[in-house]
Amino acid sequence: MAENTNKEVDKIVDHLFRHESGKMVAVLTRVFGFPNIEQAEDIVQDTIIRALETWKFGKLPDNPQAWLYRTAKNKAIDLIRRQKVKHKIENDIAPLLRSEYTMMPAMNEMFTENEIKDSQLRMMFACCHPSISQEGQISLMLKTLCGLSTHEIAKAFLTSEDTIQKRIYRTREKIKEEKISLDYPGADAMVNRTDTVLKTLYLLFNEGYNSSHPEKLIREDLCEEAMRLLMLLTETPKTNLPQTNALLALMCYHISRFNSRLDDKGLIVLLKDQNRAQWNTFLIDKGNEYLQFSANGEVIHDFHIEAAIASAHANAPSYEETDWKMILQLYNTLLQRTNSTVVALNRAVVLGEVEGYEKAITELENMKGLEENCYYNASLADMYLKQGNSELAKEFLRKALTLTSSNAEIELVRRKLADCK
Amino acid sequence: MEKFLFLYRGKEGGHGLSPEAMQKHMEKWYAWMGDLAKKGIMGASEPLQPTGKQVSGSKKVVTDGPFIEAKEMIGGYTVVNAKDINEAVEIAKGCPVFEVDGKLEVRPIQKM
Repeated sequence: MAENTNKEVDKIVDHLFRHESGKMVAVLTRVFGFPNIEQAEDIVQDTIIRALETWKFGKLPDNPQAWLYRTAKNKAIDLIRRQKVKHKIENDIAPLLRSEYTMMPAMNEMFTENEIKDSQLRMMFACCHPSISQEGQISLMLKTLCGLSTHEIAKAFLTSEDTIQKRIYRTREKIKEEKISLDYPGADAMVNRTDTVLKTLYLLFNEGYNSSHPEKLIREDLCEEAMRLLMLLTETPKTNLPQTNALLALMCYHISRFNSRLDDKGLIVLLKDQNRAQWNTFLIDKGNEYLQFSANGEVIHDFHIEAAIASAHANAPSYEETDWKMILQLYNTLLQRTNSTVVALNRAVVLGEVEGYEKAITELENMKGLEENCYYNASLADMYLKQGNSELAKEFLRKALTLTSSNAEIELVRRKLADCK
Repeated sequence: MEKFLFLYRGKEGGHGLSPEAMQKHMEKWYAWMGDLAKKGIMGASEPLQPTGKQVSGSKKVVTDGPFIEAKEMIGGYTVVNAKDINEAVEIAKGCPVFEVDGKLEVRPIQKM
């Protein structure tokens, strides 16, 4: 009985920890200033530990979130009163922290819903500063905004905790060096800086969606966090740009088939074979909604085109009834804009559906530099198989088999090989 | 710029206000003080507890507070930077202390 209660508490605390610690770190860093981020994190860590100690006997407070905020607030105020904040606080809140008349009300205000959102946005912009490396941006965001531990981040990126720790340390040093503050960029830089944030969230999402990571839960977490942060951007007028909505639409469409992409045994199910009844219609509707919102203004962003492609797939009644012609046109535009090999590869597969597999094969064989790409070889094999040339298909599948270490991918290629016979 | 000490005097305790009215009143103090702080004209500024000790005479006799009539109790102080006494008085007029029948004493700081 007691054990059950403890487990229940652990689960609630775990969920709270993930969602609230990111918020609290953002708020406290906003109060203390970026150079004091470690102290902000320490306070949050202490708060969580106290919650665990106080709640472990099954006595949860009526409002655990308010309990956490109150505790964190008191710890922060204690630090200010004892003048133990390491680096001098130099922001718009600093004058309010110097008097007992204003300190507590100012702190209470920072923990209101709007200010929490504002702090998270500021933190997002700071983490995605152009002078920070892409992987540094993602790691720091996961740590400070999403409440993931270095252990969890390391697991998500299939690397060691040590590597992640060093990466985060270097990123923070960079922030101090470049004197990156939690102030919003000026109005003239806002769109560009928002685009950088969007790009980072896009990568974060893809990391979860595409990764061959064995643990589904971790991948889901990454996608969920990317979407949560992106939602924050849509809730704020200055970051609620057409491309913000386009990216959110794209994620909604992708995530709507998250569960049908893998079967019960964790094996990959291709788009063609997916059970469309399993696709989440609520998310597809949401995607359609955001795509509508994205259709204003004069600038077309790559995300608009990617979202339109995803929309065509998500709204198609079946694989055969998909509007391949439109998708091909969209890919043509996207390829012109990005000149990316991944786009070219995807486009060639679509070309096969529209203009015949022969054309797709010619297109694929003319591509350079993809010979060691698993997906390239598998796609080529697929086209040969559809064309009826199982000998060549087998050859490319065998090659593909040597180019991946993901169990799910190996199994998929093996099944295809078996189909060839 | 000159320095002035604002002394807030009023009745001890909650001014007979309901908890909600008290809350509203405190928010006004926060808004007023916050404004001074953000304008950068506020120096040391603290509220005081209604209790304390008084040390007096050559014999240093210690007695318990309050020190004068309860309705004249000093509730807190703020050091304010202003151009002159007139500006300081104008600033003082915005103080919420008057809403609860209180007084605000504006005292120029003596340069020694």
